[in-house]
Amino acid sequence: MNPSPPPPPPRDPDLLEEALGLGRGGSPPWRLAFVEDCVETSGAFVLHHFLKRALSTEGDGTVVFLGLAQPFSHYDRVLRKMGCNLSVQRNKNKLHFIDLLNLEFLDEKGENDREIGFMDLYNRILRSIEAIRSKDNNGGWTTIIIDDLSHLEIAAHGSVKHVLDFLQYCRSLTSEMDCFLVILNHEDIHSSDEALQMLSHLDYISDILIKAETLSTGIAADVHGQMTVVIKDAPGGLIKKLHSFQFKVKENGVEFFYPGSRF
Amino acid sequence: MAESISRSLRDGCLEGEHAPALTIEDSLASPLGSHVFDHFLANLASQIADGTSQARGLVLVALNRSPSFYIDLLRRKGVDASLVDKWVRILDCYSDPLGWKDRIPPLTNVQKPSTRENVSFFRDVRDINKLLSSVLDLGKGFVGQGKTRFAVAVDLVSNLLRHTSLPSVAGLLNNLRSNDQISCIFWLIHSDLHEPRVSTALAYVSTVVASVQPIMQLTDEHRSRRDFLWLEKNSCKAKFCVRLKRRNGRVKLLAEELHMDQVGVKFAAVTSENSFVNKSLLPKVQFNLQLSDQERVDRAKVVLPYEHQGNGEAIQIYDGRRSLSDDQKDPHLVQPSTLSAMTDAQANSGNGEIHYIRDSDDEQPDSDEDPDDDLDF
Repeated sequence: MNPSPPPPPPRDPDLLEEALGLGRGGSPPWRLAFVEDCVETSGAFVLHHFLKRALSTEGDGTVVFLGLAQPFSHYDRVLRKMGCNLSVQRNKNKLHFIDLLNLEFLDEKGENDREIGFMDLYNRILRSIEAIRSKDNNGGWTTIIIDDLSHLEIAAHGSVKHVLDFLQYCRSLTSEMDCFLVILNHEDIHSSDEALQMLSHLDYISDILIKAETLSTGIAADVHGQMTVVIKDAPGGLIKKLHSFQFKVKENGVEFFYPGSRF
Repeated sequence: MAESISRSLRDGCLEGEHAPALTIEDSLASPLGSHVFDHFLANLASQIADGTSQARGLVLVALNRSPSFYIDLLRRKGVDASLVDKWVRILDCYSDPLGWKDRIPPLTNVQKPSTRENVSFFRDVRDINKLLSSVLDLGKGFVGQGKTRFAVAVDLVSNLLRHTSLPSVAGLLNNLRSNDQISCIFWLIHSDLHEPRVSTALAYVSTVVASVQPIMQLTDEHRSRRDFLWLEKNSCKAKFCVRLKRRNGRVKLLAEELHMDQVGVKFAAVTSENSFVNKSLLPKVQFNLQLSDQERVDRAKVVLPYEHQGNGEAIQIYDGRRSLSDDQKDPHLVQPSTLSAMTDAQANSGNGEIHYIRDSDDEQPDSDEDPDDDLDF
């Protein structure tokens, strides 16, 4: 009988993982990360990266994914090409996908419906954590990924207050339930004063900011954009470290590299 | 000046006077307000534990950070844990500010964090009257009735303003200030989350307003809040500007510098070395855009091969726009009349030569004079 092949050696962390302090497996050293992107450069690949890493066999992480922008089949297809089968992970109770396409909180009766809608959403996240934290998985850490914040604003009919209240409750999960939050936000949709205050609020509560943007020199075939990772010493606190590198999004993953190092 | 603020909070209020009230405000350009709040909180808690302050207890209204954060903070700052349990009460408005957890089914198989005796949940931050009475009840609960006073700290008024109106919040703070059992009160606000009138309104309720401002003022280029390189360079130090309202009505303006180190925030007098003048406005890149002094000297010494006449004569620099008088003559300059005499003499000799006259370095590259005007087609 042939012995089973040895497991593949753990791969070295890439530049993004190094910048975020993510070693080979293990929980993140931060609690709330915002991923910012724009129309020209989508930051969705960062969420895919986090999703794959959290579900990797090297760590004991679990994921609660709030899918407001795409259906489950989309992420399943993308992650399969990256070597991760989301259907299997869901069956193993490591992934809870909350399908929130076309999420809407009916406002016929008045403002309280938005609050009730967000409260119900918070409750669904709690139930997912409860289901994940069964006796088999109780020791692991849970990443809550939200794709994306703008759809929450749409569901709240533009009410920044309700979205921030919901985020406050999600934040409380980071201290009470050993959870980590990763939220995608489109920076360039905020133009009004109230929306700009929303971005400031997000800055004050995050301890990591990952910004994906186009190259300042324009479009390039081999470099799809540049990434800035801002590490703070505390939520809304001092900038402890700044990382900047470039990336190329491929079918089976993302390549990160320093400017000029690929040629 | 930070020391005098700490003393003011420690000494509390005089009989018949309202309690001293401190507003700490900051912005994303200089996000050190939370650290300043922690500094005064730890100082006051330490003085309460030592019995050196007028306040015999502290009620902390935690809206922005969890109660466990503050308990860890006070332990790290050296306040005895048993004294924290005895003399500090935390009103937890962070975990369930709107009462959602009471309205959804509780979790079953998940281990909940243990609750501490000195932490009380508050589940309706929109009800300011209830918040006021909860703070007063908590304080009276451990200092009793009578003339014993306690201190109040609100970790983020900005969060409170999200749930209720400015008049309600100002009323809450004013009611606390004027209560006979309050020794002192202080709070933090992020000024860039609100209209300027909010900061102004809170300043009227305060006896001291301490603003944390960036050392280097934002230029138009840096005004975008996304200038991370600028923020990284300037975020660990700031100006600490204090406006003190004296009892006689006089307002004093004072300034200090503050910087962050491993231990926490440190205050220092303003020095001439740390000037507030903006220095280079050049973008921060991975290569030098300017020459060092040595490089400038070396460049000045370089003799360009095509201007070296080879005959021992001085290098000629053309500056035709300057009108020269005798006392302004530059030995390196050749006057146009002399130049033409030289070229005429050389032309008559029949040998072709090229004379290169370098333009003066004083001439600005973007001058109004169009060099193409010299062309004669």
